[in-house]
Amino acid sequence: MSTAQSNIVLDITGVNKSFGGLQALSDINLQIEEGKTHAIIGPNGAGKSTLLNTCIGLLKADSGTINFGGNDLTHGFQPHDINQMGISRVFQTPQIFPDLTILQNVMIPAFAKRDGAFKLNLFKSLRDEKEIEAEALHLLEDLAMADQRFNNAGSLSRGNKRRLELAMCLIQHPKLLLLDEPTAGMARHDTNQTIDLLIKIKESGMTKVIIEHDMHVVFSLADKISVLAQGAIIAEGEPDEIKGHPKVREAYLGSAEV
Amino acid sequence: MKSIVLSTKKRDYTTLLVFAVIVFTAPLWGKIIGAGYPDLLQKFAIFGLFAIGYNILFGLTGYLSFGHAAFLGVGSYVTVWSFKLLTMNAIPAVLLAIVFSGVFALLIGFLSLRRSGIYFSILTLAFAQMSYNLAYSVLTPITNGETGLRVLTSDPRVVDTALGYTIEGSPLATLFGTTLTGYPGFYFCAVVLVLGFWLSLKIFRSPFGMKLVAIKTNQTRMEYTGFNHRPYLLCAFVISGMYAGLAGGLLAVVDPLAGAERMQWTASGEVVLMTILGGVGTLFGPIIGAATIKYFENIFSGIGDTALAEIFSFLPDAVSNLLITIISPFVGSGWHLTLGILFMLIIIFLPGGMSQGFQKIADKIKQKNKKSSTSEVKLEKDGIA
Ligand SMILES: Nc1ncnc2c1ncn2[C@@H]1O[C@H](COP(=O)(O)OP(=O)(O)OP(=O)(O)O)[C@@H](O)[C@H]1O
Ligand SMILES: [Mg+2]
Repeated sequence: MSTAQSNIVLDITGVNKSFGGLQALSDINLQIEEGKTHAIIGPNGAGKSTLLNTCIGLLKADSGTINFGGNDLTHGFQPHDINQMGISRVFQTPQIFPDLTILQNVMIPAFAKRDGAFKLNLFKSLRDEKEIEAEALHLLEDLAMADQRFNNAGSLSRGNKRRLELAMCLIQHPKLLLLDEPTAGMARHDTNQTIDLLIKIKESGMTKVIIEHDMHVVFSLADKISVLAQGAIIAEGEPDEIKGHPKVREAYLGSAEV
Repeated sequence: MKSIVLSTKKRDYTTLLVFAVIVFTAPLWGKIIGAGYPDLLQKFAIFGLFAIGYNILFGLTGYLSFGHAAFLGVGSYVTVWSFKLLTMNAIPAVLLAIVFSGVFALLIGFLSLRRSGIYFSILTLAFAQMSYNLAYSVLTPITNGETGLRVLTSDPRVVDTALGYTIEGSPLATLFGTTLTGYPGFYFCAVVLVLGFWLSLKIFRSPFGMKLVAIKTNQTRMEYTGFNHRPYLLCAFVISGMYAGLAGGLLAVVDPLAGAERMQWTASGEVVLMTILGGVGTLFGPIIGAATIKYFENIFSGIGDTALAEIFSFLPDAVSNLLITIISPFVGSGWHLTLGILFMLIIIFLPGGMSQGFQKIADKIKQKNKKSSTSEVKLEKDGIA
């Protein structure tokens, strides 16, 4: 772990977070390297989602710093600021726009990327946004959802909602992509398709943090794995190191995923 | 809900053209349904405009304001003051109405939008009631309190005076020499309505409009997608407030006076009813709702017991008396009871409002017209291309 400082995209140091009496995160230190796919695994309730939530401004850390591009995300940034800095997030429960069409769902994040947090383009017609439309369509083709593009997103299956949300993040070309169980609730076939897509993204050099229970997904994607249990990181290393780690086996004992 | 199903440019222009034709021929078709007089047609146009603007806030963002009558009132007062101080020309008057109501909406919107849901609604209601009470009390020098603000022959009207115009009789709004009462008054409102409709169409088709619907659908997602939802909501609020101010201005154009009752909460509630009755978030719904309410108000509130007696005079006295007893609470000043029933029926059977009803009828007709038309429907949906 002797990476040069400049290669660290996200630097989490000493982050604590408690909910009432429950210590959800205790003294988390985590460095995410540029261009790498960093997996976070751990049993249910370990604090994985909570960790991502503190990164995107959804939750405020009790203490510690989260450094991204020279800014401490724990202070003075609203969620949209953090997204504008280049962090996009796929949520554990899919967050999409159910009343809009699938195509519009993918176009909207592209507007945020191009126009910033606010732009009053009252007189422009959506019809003239050919570039964004074409890009959205291209992404939907990759996900094999292009021919459904005029359907309401709310009509999609849970697995497809998740893939749509992934497309919504990808169109922003984020510097850092946070994925919270991107394949949960997907059929095997869709999972494999999603893995292929994630591998493609990986080849493009995008930095990713991925939370995942499916070890098949984790080991096909991750460059590095951190294991979280009861709010603390109990192990960290390359996939091979983690596989045989005794603490990891202990943490997962009784859990069917490994 | 398909608030923003995009259509082609050609279809949009056709829509606008059809709308304009319907509006400008209102004096003709109005006669057929018994609405062929300018006073009522003016109300159709003015409240239609009010509802179109309200729909930009409520229909697109889902934020239910219960205080938009305040902006209507501000528009009326500003217009009357423009008539008093500057000129009887309606153009500067309505422009000033838009500006002042916009500023007022910016202030109220900024404060109210700190909350969402029911708290937002209550805040807007509170601000509107405050405005109403202020208009009656502290602001009497500006609003002339209970009497209401009128235009007087003795008012300064500096621009008119400088240009050497004089006024005989009671002062009426003009447009470069034409007096804006009766049909000219209606046509002035009609032109403004068509312009207002066109702007609303533009907003519906713009990225801005789509983002407003996105905020309504999933505000959380919007924030984590990099949008600051606050200024978007504030803009929608201000735009709808300006529409309301414009509508209030027009009310004062066709009848140059302004009173505080225009700001009362019942007036705010009415525009909510209009929008829901016609179809929230649809292009035409709010106008249909506004026209429907004003039309029925006109018919039902005009029927008194004597009129009822006349209608049923062909029946035996006992039957006629019974019918009159049953019906009379629903007409005249009790017509709101009829409105309430109408509203309940629509909400229960057509939650999407009257435009949903029309849509259903149109779909039925389309289904009957063979299956070859399915490709056409698909094209419509493909509008974004
Ligand atoms: N907003 C909250 N308020 C109170 N407690 C919370 C909140 N969010 C999470 N928790 C608690 O914090 C702990 C960690 O939750 P978290 O969602 O981060 O777990 P996780 O590792 O993502 O689990 P899973 O694999 O089930 O998604 C859990 O005990 C959870 O109940
Ligand atoms: Mg989780």
